[in-house]
Amino acid sequence: MARAVTQQRKIINTTAAWAVGLLIFFPILWTILTSFKTEATAIADPPVFLAFDWTLENYGVVLERSNYARFLWNSIIIAGGSTILGLIIAVPAAWSMAFVPSRKTKDILLWMLSTKMLPAVGVLYPIYLIFIKMGLLDTRAGLIIVLMLMNLPIIVWMLYTYFKEIPGEILEAGRMDGAGLKDEILFILTPMAIPGIASTMLLNFILAWNEAFWTLNLTAAKAAPLTAFIASYSSPEGLFFAKLSAASTMAIAPILILGWFSQKQLVSGLTFGAVK
Amino acid sequence: MATQHSRSAARMMLAPAVVLLLGWMLVPLIMTLYFSFKKYLPLRGGDLGWAGFDNYVRFVTSSAFWPSVQATLIIVGGTLLITVVFGVLLGLLLNQPMWGQGVVRILVIAPFFVMPTVSALVWKNMFMDPVNGLFAHLWKFFGAEPVVWLSDASLFSIITIVSWQWLPFATLILLTAIQSLDGEQLEASEMDGAPVLKRFYYIVLPHLGRAITIVILIETIFLLSIFAEIFVTTGGAFGSRTLTYLIFQRVLESQNVGLGSAGGVYAIILANIVAIFLMRIVGKNLDA
Amino acid sequence: MYSKAKLGTATAVAAIMASGAFADTITIATVNNGDMIRMQGLTDDFTAKTGHDVEWVTLDENTLRTRVTQDIATKGGQFDIMTIGMYETPIWAANGWLVSLDGLPPEYDADDILPAMANGLSHDGTLYAAPFYGESSMIMYRTDLMEKAGLEMPDAPSWDFIREAALAMTDKENEIYGICLRGKAGWGENMAFLTAMSNAFGARFVDEDWRPQYDSEAWSNTLNFYIDLMTEAGPPGASSNGFNENLSLFQQGKCGMWIDATVAASFVTNPNDSSVADKVGFALAPNAGMGKNSNWLWAWALAIPAGTQNEDAAMAFIEWSTSKDYLALVAENEGWANVPPGTRASLYETPEYQEVPFAKMTLESILTADPNNPTVDPVPYVGVQFAAIPEWAGLAGQIGQEFSAALAGQQTAEEALEKAQAIASEELEAAGY
Repeated sequence: MARAVTQQRKIINTTAAWAVGLLIFFPILWTILTSFKTEATAIADPPVFLAFDWTLENYGVVLERSNYARFLWNSIIIAGGSTILGLIIAVPAAWSMAFVPSRKTKDILLWMLSTKMLPAVGVLYPIYLIFIKMGLLDTRAGLIIVLMLMNLPIIVWMLYTYFKEIPGEILEAGRMDGAGLKDEILFILTPMAIPGIASTMLLNFILAWNEAFWTLNLTAAKAAPLTAFIASYSSPEGLFFAKLSAASTMAIAPILILGWFSQKQLVSGLTFGAVK
Repeated sequence: MATQHSRSAARMMLAPAVVLLLGWMLVPLIMTLYFSFKKYLPLRGGDLGWAGFDNYVRFVTSSAFWPSVQATLIIVGGTLLITVVFGVLLGLLLNQPMWGQGVVRILVIAPFFVMPTVSALVWKNMFMDPVNGLFAHLWKFFGAEPVVWLSDASLFSIITIVSWQWLPFATLILLTAIQSLDGEQLEASEMDGAPVLKRFYYIVLPHLGRAITIVILIETIFLLSIFAEIFVTTGGAFGSRTLTYLIFQRVLESQNVGLGSAGGVYAIILANIVAIFLMRIVGKNLDA
Repeated sequence: MYSKAKLGTATAVAAIMASGAFADTITIATVNNGDMIRMQGLTDDFTAKTGHDVEWVTLDENTLRTRVTQDIATKGGQFDIMTIGMYETPIWAANGWLVSLDGLPPEYDADDILPAMANGLSHDGTLYAAPFYGESSMIMYRTDLMEKAGLEMPDAPSWDFIREAALAMTDKENEIYGICLRGKAGWGENMAFLTAMSNAFGARFVDEDWRPQYDSEAWSNTLNFYIDLMTEAGPPGASSNGFNENLSLFQQGKCGMWIDATVAASFVTNPNDSSVADKVGFALAPNAGMGKNSNWLWAWALAIPAGTQNEDAAMAFIEWSTSKDYLALVAENEGWANVPPGTRASLYETPEYQEVPFAKMTLESILTADPNNPTVDPVPYVGVQFAAIPEWAGLAGQIGQEFSAALAGQQTAEEALEKAQAIASEELEAAGY
């Protein structure tokens, strides 16, 4: 009896969850499907779901028009670079806040987060001028620095919450054995925090990948990532749903695939200290 | 616990992050402050001298100011409400035993990977377009007049788009928190025959308090500065001009750097008011 | 030093043309319009001829505008060529931000550029941007629907006729809307259309003393006529339709008439994209019997920001892309109908081009637009659908949002005009008029 109830409940749960899941995923699915349609089929009423002549034409057009490989490479370098640089700076900071807390620790943490509230639009002019002076415009290095600074508070915060969950005794034991600070971080702490670091890396990679204000406004041709790539497809003349879909799919596919393969790490690590 | 030695070492390790962020905050801030007291019009030759508080006065007295603050708060508030409520519900649902849980979870978090520009473009064109959009087709199928989403319900539409992007984040955090809920406690109350709602209200919700606060904190930080979603969809028309967007219009469209910078200072003040407010709550929750 | 650079340019271009010696890479910011995308596709021809490589930065119009304005105002030097319009050119040139194009060689035949275009892209009589394509606006209409409605389109129709025809053609059941007009907010979108339209109704942006005129009766007539017409015979969601949205609607056969840029003619008559390609007629933009038509004048042009490192290569590119040879190159590859229109008089004398159905009406529309004398009553500014002052983009952007909201039914025309008047007064006062 009890078993039947659970089974029944499981069926209901499954149906409901799948329905909601598909609903949320639908816009992405629709975009991917549309990218294989002709422009005329893309706007057909009633809409065609699967029974249409699949075509790769749109991808051909996009690839011919834009140097996709370069946009993609720039995205990877910028997102990856800013994440790694961010980690290098954030790991020691998070370590010191987690294990040598002072009265000010919490204030510093919250202050760091508050720097993220600076409206980017308001400081574009100053940043642009600084970038000109330093020759950083349209360079990947410039974007790596800006995106690193933008996401640094989030990285520090996330790492801090993971580190805090590591019991202090382990460190004490390490110190007894004569482990120096460097060793402590490298050999004791980091391995324990790997899941947390992995999930921090992923989240920041995604955030950097999707950042669309600085990446668009501080680049021209050389360092422009996929956010700039998509800007050339946003409202061309005539029918464009299919080509827009193809370009959109190309812009989001890499990160979508990465996200899917690593969702376990992301899911298990993404707590921001929400759980005690 | 910590020795003097490790204290100074700790400070050393904290220093790079703090110094960098301090620079990232102060340098643009000081430059913004400087510009905000200038009559600075690049198209009219650049620096036209000091303007005193003119820019500040002009920015607030402009008819666009208060509506923009209002639009900002509505978008942030609306999105928070939707993502938290649906995030809790989804988290509870995903926590139940089911077939294909992993796949469903992937489907649910997928929007988080979509860059804002793309999601705004897709929603605007393929769903909300009043002639060729999917919603228009759907409405016509049921014999209704298609809704012109982006002009007749601009704020609602933008909130929908932004919520779609941030729901996965909220769901993930809340799901993790729900998973950590003491199963025995729940089961015990289930045995007691406590109704679902009561169980939720007395056991689940208090447990989620901390997670909800964190969702609100992190999302607010990002939502206060949303830009691409508005730039792509309405361009700030139909009452969807947020404070961020108003500043963008002043600086880039009108090329009035002084006025825009004054707006930037106001935005920083607003952000800090929200921040202090939030941090009070979070701070309390962090101690608990 | 300046004249030295200029002198150097002419000889350098000649040298490069001959030998292809110094290969530079130039960065060009451009808009993602069809003609520009075609130009991108033909870049190889330029590289083969000069040895220079080209990096394209292709953006949508709004992004492009903010991007290049930001860069030139801060002297960022990110682009060697910028695609700008008739609005930016005189303002930027006056600030000394652009390189003069006087150095173009005689073979380029700058005198062949239509005077209306050359005037709009000059400052103090010097050309600062070379027109890539030029446009006015005109009526594009469906000949079949017009016939079905039992009407005949005159060559120079009045607004009253347009209203009559629009109502007669509208068949909302079958998703056919009598008229499609721009409603999307933006100084280059609905404000371009409405400002040009208001000229026909005898309205003006400001009077001779720079006092905004949105509170005038003529403006009230314009806006009310527009809103009534669009409410009765326009497509749903017109308040978010810009050029691209309307083009798409027209190509799908959903518009009876469309008053917009003359360049659209080649898209709506192209059978690959348009389902109504063989049923399109053209007429001059409507008038209200006051001696001015509702047509505008615009050119997308290529300009070189002062201070670029690659001035010679940039000049060579401008010479290539806006030359007669380029027109012939496009004609050879894509057919005469797809040649960038509206820039050179010689194009309209080419027999093959004269056979293109919209060629004559395009030229006539361009010739009737006069940026120096755009309105019925005199005005102190230059520009038909805009005023070439730095404040225009900002204030028209905001006013466009008010007009768009009025079209969406969120406020009345009078409320929108009242706000427009306030915005214009505020901005002009701030700028010290």
